[in-house]
Formats: sequence, structure tokens, C-alpha cells
Amino acid sequence: MTFRGVAISLQSVPPERSRGQARLPAQETSAAALRRIGPYLRPYLPQLAVMLTAALVGVAAQLAIPLLIKSVIDGAIAHDRRGLLIALGLAAIGLGTAEAVSNLIRRWVQGSAVTAIEKTIRGDLYAHMQRLHPGFHDSWQSGQLLSRATTDLSAIRRFAGFGIIFFITSVLTFAAVVILLIRLNWWLGLLTGCVFAPVVVVCTRFERRYRVLSRRAQDQQGDLATYIEEAAAGIRVLKALGRRREAGRRHAEGAAGIYRTQVDKARMLGSFYALLDLMPNAVIGMILLLGAFAVGWHELTLGGLVAFITLALQLVWPIEAMGYILASGQEAATAAQRIFELFDTVPAITDGPPAGETATGSAPEAAATPEIPETPETPETLETPETPETPGSPGSPGSPGSSLAGARTSQATGGTQLAFARVAFGYPGADGNVLRDITLSLEPGKTLVLAGATGSGKTTLLQLVPRLADVTAGSIRLDGTDIRDLPLDVLRARVACAFEEPTLFSASVRENVAFGAPEAPSEDIAAALAAAQAEFAYDLPWGLDTRIGEQGMSLSGGQRQRIALARAILSRPDVLLLDDPLSAVDVQTEARATRALARVLTHTTALVVAHRPSTVLLGDTVALLDGGVIAAVGTHSELMASVPAYRDLMTMSDEPGDAKNEPLPRIRAG
Amino acid sequence: MTAQPWRGVAAEQRDEDSAAAALLRSRSRRLLGDLLAGSRGRVALTFALIAIASLAALAGPWLVGIGIDRGIPPLSRDGDTGPLLAVTAAFAVTVVVQAIATRSYIYSMGRLGERVVLDLRKRLFAHFQLMSVSFHDDYTSGRVISRQTSDVDAISALFEDGLDSLVSAVLSLLLVGAGMLLLDWPLGLVVLAGFGPLVWLTAWFRQESAIAYRRGRESIALVIVQFVETMTGIRAVQAFRRQRRNDEIFGELNSGYYDASLRSFRLVAVYAPAITLVGNVITGVVLFYGGLRVIDGDIKVGVLVTFLLYLRRFFDPLQDLAQFYNSFQAAGAALEKISGVLAEPPSVPSPASSVRLPDRSGGGRSVRFAGVTFGYRAESVIDGLDLELPAGQTTALVGTTGAGKTTVARLLARFYDPDEGRVLLDGVDLRDLDDPALRAEVVMITQENFLFSGTIADNIRLGKPTADRAEIESAGRAIGADEFITSLPGGYDADVGKRGGRLSAGQRQLVSFARAFLAAPAVLILDEATSLLDIPAERMVQRALRTMLGERTALIIAHRLSTVEIADRVIVLDGGRIVQDGPPGRLLAASDGRYARMHQSWQSGLA
Repeated sequence: MTFRGVAISLQSVPPERSRGQARLPAQETSAAALRRIGPYLRPYLPQLAVMLTAALVGVAAQLAIPLLIKSVIDGAIAHDRRGLLIALGLAAIGLGTAEAVSNLIRRWVQGSAVTAIEKTIRGDLYAHMQRLHPGFHDSWQSGQLLSRATTDLSAIRRFAGFGIIFFITSVLTFAAVVILLIRLNWWLGLLTGCVFAPVVVVCTRFERRYRVLSRRAQDQQGDLATYIEEAAAGIRVLKALGRRREAGRRHAEGAAGIYRTQVDKARMLGSFYALLDLMPNAVIGMILLLGAFAVGWHELTLGGLVAFITLALQLVWPIEAMGYILASGQEAATAAQRIFELFDTVPAITDGPPAGETATGSAPEAAATPEIPETPETPETLETPETPETPGSPGSPGSPGSSLAGARTSQATGGTQLAFARVAFGYPGADGNVLRDITLSLEPGKTLVLAGATGSGKTTLLQLVPRLADVTAGSIRLDGTDIRDLPLDVLRARVACAFEEPTLFSASVRENVAFGAPEAPSEDIAAALAAAQAEFAYDLPWGLDTRIGEQGMSLSGGQRQRIALARAILSRPDVLLLDDPLSAVDVQTEARATRALARVLTHTTALVVAHRPSTVLLGDTVALLDGGVIAAVGTHSELMASVPAYRDLMTMSDEPGDAKNEPLPRIRAG
Repeated sequence: MTAQPWRGVAAEQRDEDSAAAALLRSRSRRLLGDLLAGSRGRVALTFALIAIASLAALAGPWLVGIGIDRGIPPLSRDGDTGPLLAVTAAFAVTVVVQAIATRSYIYSMGRLGERVVLDLRKRLFAHFQLMSVSFHDDYTSGRVISRQTSDVDAISALFEDGLDSLVSAVLSLLLVGAGMLLLDWPLGLVVLAGFGPLVWLTAWFRQESAIAYRRGRESIALVIVQFVETMTGIRAVQAFRRQRRNDEIFGELNSGYYDASLRSFRLVAVYAPAITLVGNVITGVVLFYGGLRVIDGDIKVGVLVTFLLYLRRFFDPLQDLAQFYNSFQAAGAALEKISGVLAEPPSVPSPASSVRLPDRSGGGRSVRFAGVTFGYRAESVIDGLDLELPAGQTTALVGTTGAGKTTVARLLARFYDPDEGRVLLDGVDLRDLDDPALRAEVVMITQENFLFSGTIADNIRLGKPTADRAEIESAGRAIGADEFITSLPGGYDADVGKRGGRLSAGQRQLVSFARAFLAAPAVLILDEATSLLDIPAERMVQRALRTMLGERTALIIAHRLSTVEIADRVIVLDGGRIVQDGPPGRLLAASDGRYARMHQSWQSGLA
């Protein structure tokens, strides 16, 4: 995976004057957004105070030096006093050292404070993000979240570290210099102050306009990167069709766009830097001319004139800094808005209410839950919660598969009963439900296969069980307890899933398999790998220590599926959810894996999505999902015999009408 | 890294570590020279402008000194404003010259740099498009992408973040040094004495910051991987209650990055004040010693003032120089990697002089493998394959994983060239055909069914860029994709989403069939084109296939024998050699044959 499209400054030495960062249009709540960073800054208030003091000492030392120069010229040189010269020279060295030391202190303290603040916010953000419901993540690209955790956070770090301190010091520096200048010569001082002040506006405007261009360049670079990614991933298609030239043209268009924006940036930058040189120099020219007259009129000493010039040069920095600070403050405010927007999102799927407050009548004894350890690392030690008496079991008698007679058997058989009662689900914001009126019951230890065409809602139904999404209506019950009344950790310890599109992480095979149970002993891992037919993992270059995932060894689709399957098996769940777990496995391995899986499933309640007859055979019963409702329930052979839609789904042969045109022999299943 | 056992072990990417060398290797230098070849004039102009700007900047303090020494005395003595006005006028001229030169060189350098970057982008893209599929298999798309994004960006950042400032800093350092020696060499030597500690400090900083920089990059990359993988795999994370373990891991990685950035911060926290300290001490010494020299009458006050003003210009750029070192190093490493990949010759080269194929008589062309041998690295996959596919025949290639089926297909599509022997199309060696001619005749469809973001029409048009809307829609109809396409909001103009994500696998495959149909090749290769589809989708595609194949020559590879059923002929491949060959019916009848057994086990899977 590449993390492009997100422009992260990987520079570990942060330039204090970074030339251009992304910026969104400012909003009126900038100040409010910045204030929200406050709590993160508060623990570092002593450090901030130290930084500010050091900065002020540094500025004071810096400003004193021109005054020393004045004394050298007007005192020591004019009156030939060598002794004074030695004293002044030493004083200059002393002040210079003070400036350097206070700089050192400021930067040192600043470094620890801002990096710690950044670390804290990033850690909090990550922790918050991974607890938000998957529906949230569906609507956000991970790249967008990442840019908040990196680019936006850097903007805040820069402002928290440099912005606040620099703002105060540059205002004070500007004021102090102008006062000193006025004291040296009032009219020349005032004039200088007035000439410099408007430059702040120019600098601020430049920074803003420049950031808009930078943003455009970033967007263009993101677009081009997207195309580059596509062209790299689709290289075989491009080559197979011989579309090299067309692809090159499309790429060149994007690259040319970047070129134009970058040249615009260079032009703007050139003008700005020229102006930054021009302004102070012009002022010095003015001071030289007018100051000389002032000297002639004895309104200013020669040393005073030199001090005036050197002091005036010290105005350049606060003005330049002010433009930067104002722009970066705005940038930090936008960044803060973007970050707090995420913090303000509340997880929509949370633990059930604590015991005693349970409103659901069907689970009055959910009090068993607090005794369950909060993070059961080894699920097999987990006591199945006390099954409450559920006389009024859900499920309308008329709907297929509604027999709940075995609801209380879970203790006796060691299995868990899973029941769907009139479940409906619709995506938020979408009209209409994807699933409607699903009523199903899985007896302990039994396996139910879900079959249905693409888009019939099978995968969605599976995701409702571990509460990756919540039902819109109806309920799902585990041994009679509504899953929304269970703590999430407890529910998810009892339910494990393997999805068709397996998610592997850039970590060792061992870590990937022991994903939900980091403390699992090696024997369990070995057993899970064996059950999932994933012994190939031992043959990888470093065995189970081999890193897989995007940043490691690349595995075939079938291999990935088997690792994900081992992960689900390892957690020894009460309920196993498998979403076509062997779809990418080749035919021979599939047969072996199916046999091994059948053994695992004997004692586990399981819900399995299947596309192929071979996987369907894992189930005791089959439920046909069609257009979001259960169309039929029965055994495979029953459905094959009586349900045309099911036959259609499971056999390759065409409808009779089409078959007439077939000159070739067809194969019929069964 | 070994402190984190959970990450596991992986082979280091070979191009990452070799690139640490700071100095440009000859290959990089050649590439750079080549890129700049067309812009010699602009390079010279830019440098000239920088020199002018630096000289003008140097003249300012000098003129201030002259103004004090020669302009003020006549004014104070007898009110003569002439010399002062002359100096001020000269000063004004240098200010204007400096501003104009600065503006011009920044712009000129920007254009120069962006030209180079644009050229580099185009070259890289074209190069990767030209490289063979075997190269891409090996190099992986991740690296193809980072060469063209982060590496190009590193070079772009160097130009943007101040290659110009770097040049002007060095230049002004030299010029100011020379100027001071010229003005008053004893005082100049005092200033230059400060150079010793500066060089030492900068060397130390450069070394340390290179380490810190690398650590920072490595540690932020780990943070990013963990972050992105957690968020993209959020369902697995939550379903397996991974949050606490993830908090631990992320905490560890976040701390690693914290340590690295703290270290960088502290380096600068020491280095920058140290430079300031050296500068300030020198200023104190100049003030004292310069004052003495003025009192002794060796120099005038104005010269002392010029020195004091110069000192600022002398020490400030040094801080920048050290900062730029990192971007300089990053750009050097990037250029090294880029020049390395650009130096790789394509393994499937274009012919020096191409041969024209005879005109197509029917729908297809004949294909012949003549004594073809091919292997990946040391491993031989196909050994002396002889195979003739008459024009218009549909042949199915079956066999176990690793039998060499895909290799045969890829040789026919000329994704690879055979090590020995020839692959002939209507008697012409594929190596003698130029790429556009070959691609017009031979098209391969795989299970990847990759779609580009854009509309359905855009994706179908990829088969024939000149096709108009009617042609595109009739291709859709011929394939049987018309029904689902028109039911989508927007129809043919419906956006397929990133990599076709808004369509199902079956729908994507139909679009890719329509694409191939529009390309109207003589030879069509289907490599596992239907394996990932569910049965209704596969059935839909099967129907489309019959239209597709028509009179074309076709080679079909499939695990699932249902796809094989439409073939005129079946070839069973094992270990790169043909073990059975004949019409499906006959092979099925040979009940102890390989094909019959495969067929049986497949059927029992359906039962």
C-alpha cells in the first residue's frame, strides 16, 4: 500500500518557516476551534512560561546590542577610551551568549512540549477512531483520516510550538524597537515604524494566497498520484490492450497541470522574496539619507545613526514572522476543526446498558454479564453466560425456521443458540431496507448456510451479529439475550468471523492469526492453522514469523483466506460466521479445507455464506436469501428439488429456453 | 525493529538501503545532465541572476559605510549634500537591482526545476508503461508508484524548498568573506577565524541530522501503516476486539516517532543557538578590535559599520544550509533510485524493423508455439512446447496449479518472450510485430477485470479509443451487458468508482468483455476470467463468451471445467508439457485419462 494522496511532511527537522501547507477556507469559528486545543496545552503551561521568558530574554539581549554599538561609536571611539571599549566588547559577548543560551532553552523546552502534545493528540485520535462504528469508516477514506492525524496535527504542532510564542515576541519586539527608535530620534523613528507596519498586511496576504496555490498543487498531485496508482495496478490491462500512448497522454495532462501551478508558485514566491529584500533595504536607504541630515542638524549622533540602522533591520523578522503566524494560526484553526470534527463523532454502537437497567423483558437475568472478564484473552475459559429463561421467545410462528424449542439447551450441549427475530436493516441515509423481516434460528452446534445471489444481503446479515452494524428493526439474540444488551467485548468474544475479502495486517503470520487472542499459546495457533489448511505458513521464509500483509510477503487470495479462517477458528467462538471463506481457494485445496472445516463446525454454531455447492454442503440447513428476505429454508436437496430460484443459483445449466441453442453438452449438478 | 516481534520479518527492499549514499553516483549524474541538457542556457542565466543579486546585496552595507565616512562629514562640515545624495542614489540602484534579480532568479530556478520534474515524471511513466509484465510482477506496483510519487516529490521539494537559496547562501558566504578581507584584512581574518567552529558544528549537525532524518522517516512510516491498516480493516479490528492491543502497538510506534522527532528538535535546538553564539562572539570581538583599529586610525567608522552589517549576512545563511542538507540528501537518494529503474532495459523490446501481418481473412488467425522453452529465473516452466491452434478454434487449457497454463497464455500475449523457440501468429514471430499491431490482434482477459475510474463508456472505449458512442453501446449489447448497464443510474455514463468498486465482480467482468469485444482481436485469451464469479454471474458471462468467441481463435484457461465446456478442443498440461489433447467429448470418454478424472472430481464437488 502506498499512502499517497496524503502529503505528509516526512521531514523530521521541521523548518520553522515551512513554505506552504494545505489550508481550507477559514470559518468563523476559528478562535473557538483553537481554544479547544487548550486542554492539550494546559499540562505544558509551565513549559510555555519558560519558553516565553527565554524568548523575551533573547529578544532583549538582541535589542541591546545596537545600543552597545552606539556607545562604542559615540563613547569609546569618539572619546578615545580604550578601557570602555574592552568593557563594551565583553558586554556584547555576554549579551550574545545570553541570547544564544536563552534560544537554546526555548528550543529545547519547546521541542519536548510540542512533540509530546502531538503524540498525545495522535494517540487519542487513533484510540477514538478505532472505536467508531464501521459505518463511520465507510463514509471516510482512510487517507482523509490519516491526513488529519499527520498533516493537520503538524499544523497544530507548528502553531502551538512556534505560533503562540512568536506572536507574543514579535509584537513585543516590534513595539520595543519602535520605542527605541523614537527615543533615538522621534520623527525618524515614527516614520520608520509607519513605513514598516503595512508590510505585515502584504506578508499576511502573500501567505494566504500562497497557501491557496499550494493547496491546488497538492490536489493536483493527489489526482496524478491516483492515476499513477491506477495505471500501475492496471498495467496488465493497459498492456493487454496496448494502450500505452493513451495512458501516457492522460498522465502528461495531469503532470502539465502540476507544472503550471508550481511555476505560478515560483512566480509568486519570487515577488514575495524580492519584496522582503526590497522593503528593509529601501528603509535603510531612507534612514541613511534622512539620518545623515539629522546627524548634520545634531539631532542624532553618528553612533545613534548606526544603532538606528541596525535596530531597523531587526524589524524585518517580526514583520515576516507576523505574516507567517497569522496564516499558520488560521491553518491551525482549520486543522483543529478537522480534528475535533472526528473527536466529536460519537460511536454509534456501544456496550449494552449495565446490568439491572436492562429494559428488555426477554433477558431479565442479563446480570450474569458483569462476572465475565472484560477482555477474555482466552475465550475457551469463558463461561457461557447463564441462559435466561425465555418463555416468550421471539420469532413469529409462521416464518420459516422459527422453531426455538432448543433455546435453553446451550448449557447442556456447550453450544450457543443464535436467533434472528424479524430483523430489518437499512443503510443510514438510504431509502428502503436491505434486509427485511429476517427470522431464523440456529440451534446450538448446528450450521446454517446462507445462499443468495450477489447483492441479496448475505454479507450484511453476517455483519449484524458481531454488531459491526446494528439492526434497524427486530433483534438478534444469543441464547435469548438481545446482543445489544451485552457488552461489546463479551459479544465479540463469543462471535468470530472470517470474511470473503480477508483483511491481513502488516505483521507476522502469528500475530495475524492470534489477532483476537494475542496471548494464545503456540499449540492453539498450530491447531487453528491446521484446521484452516494453512500449513503453508510454515514454509514461508521465516515460518510463522514472516511478515505478511501489504508491507510483507504477498500471499495469494486463497492463502489470505485461509489465514483469516485460522484467525476465526483460533478464537474458539460460540458462534462462527464465515463469508464464503474458500472462494479464492483452488479446487483441490478447497476439498481438503472443507473436510477440515466440517470437523470444526460439528460443535460450533455457525452461519456460513456460500456461493458454491461444495461450501453449501457444510450446512445442516440452507436459507435462501432473495432480495433481502428469506425466501426458503430447508436442506440442500430439498431446496434443489423444490425451489427453482435455488437451483438456478447452484447449477451452471441455463434455463431450458436457452439450452435449446446449445450445441455443446451441458453438465448438470446433483 | 527486532524489538517488535509482532511485526515479523521481511526481506528489506533492496533499493532502499543502497540509496543512502549522499554523493550522486555517476548514473544519477548522467540522468541529471541529460535532464538539464535542453536547459543549459537557463541554468547559466539563473546562476548569473543569483550572482547579480548577491553582489547587489553585498553593495548595500558597503555603501552605508561609504555614506557614513564620505557623505556625512561634508554635510556636517559645510552643508554639502552632494556626496550623500550620490551614495544614496547608488544605494537605491542596488536595492532595485537586487529586488529585480531576486525575483527573476527565484522564478527562473522554479521554472527550471519544474521543467526537470515534469520531464522526469513523463519519462518514468512512459518507462514503466514500456516495461514488460515480468518486470512489473517482480518490481510490484507499490514501488512503481513510489518511484513516481514520493521520489519525484523529493526532487521537486529540493527545487521548491530552495536549491536557489542554497546556491545563493554559498555564493554570499564566499562574496561576503572576500568583501571583508578586501575592506580590512586584519578585521576580516578575525571574522574568518570564526569559520573554524562553524565548519565543525555544521559537519556534526549534518551527520547527526542525517541519522535523525532517516529515523524520523522510518518511524512515521510505521505510524502511518498502523493507522491506515487499522482504519481500512476496522471490521476485523472490532470483530476481534483488537482495540486494546492496537492501542498498545500504536502507543509504541507513536512513541518511536516522538523519540525521533524530539531528537531532531534537540539537534536544531543545539545547532541553531550554537551558530548564533559563534556569530555573537565574533560580533563582540569585531566591536572591540574594530573599535581599536578606528581609534588607532587604521580604518574609518564606516568600515566598522559595514563589517557589523556584513556579519548578519555571513552567519544567517549557514542555518539555512544545514536545514537544506536533508532535502538535498533525500533528493539524491530519490534520484539514485529513479536513475536505477530508468536504466533497466525492457525485456520485451520493440522490433528494430516490424513485419506486417497478412490481411485477416476470417475472424481469427492461426497460432503456433514452435519449440518454446521458458522459465522464471532458474526454474523452468515450459520445456520445448509445440502447439498449433488453427484460426477460429477455441482451445481450453487445463491442468493443476503450476502446470504452466498462465505462462502459455502470457507468452501468446507477449507479456514474456520465450527463452528458446518462437511464438508465431499467422507465421510471423511475435517479436517481429510492433506493439500496436500485436495488441490489435491479441487480447487477454484475466480474472483481474481491472476497471479505471471513470464511466462505463470510458472503460469500454479503452478497447478502441476511436470508438463512438454507438459502437460502445453495441459492444455492450453484443456481450449482454446492456441490461445491467442501462439499469444503472446514468447508464453508460455511470461512474464505476475507484477500480470499478461500484460494480459487482460479475458486472466488472462483463465490462471488460465488452472492452475486449470492441477491440475486435483475432486472438482472444481468457485466463481464469470467470473464477471469481458466482454461478449466476458466471452463467451470464458464459453466454457473453459465445458471442465473443465467434470466429476468433481463442485460448481459455479455467479451474472450473464449466468454462471449458464451450471449447472445441482441450489440452491437458502438466509440468509444462502436453499430456492430453483432443475434443472434450473424446477426452471424457477415455475414462482413466487425466481430463476424465479431473472432470469427475469437479462434478462430485457439485453434488
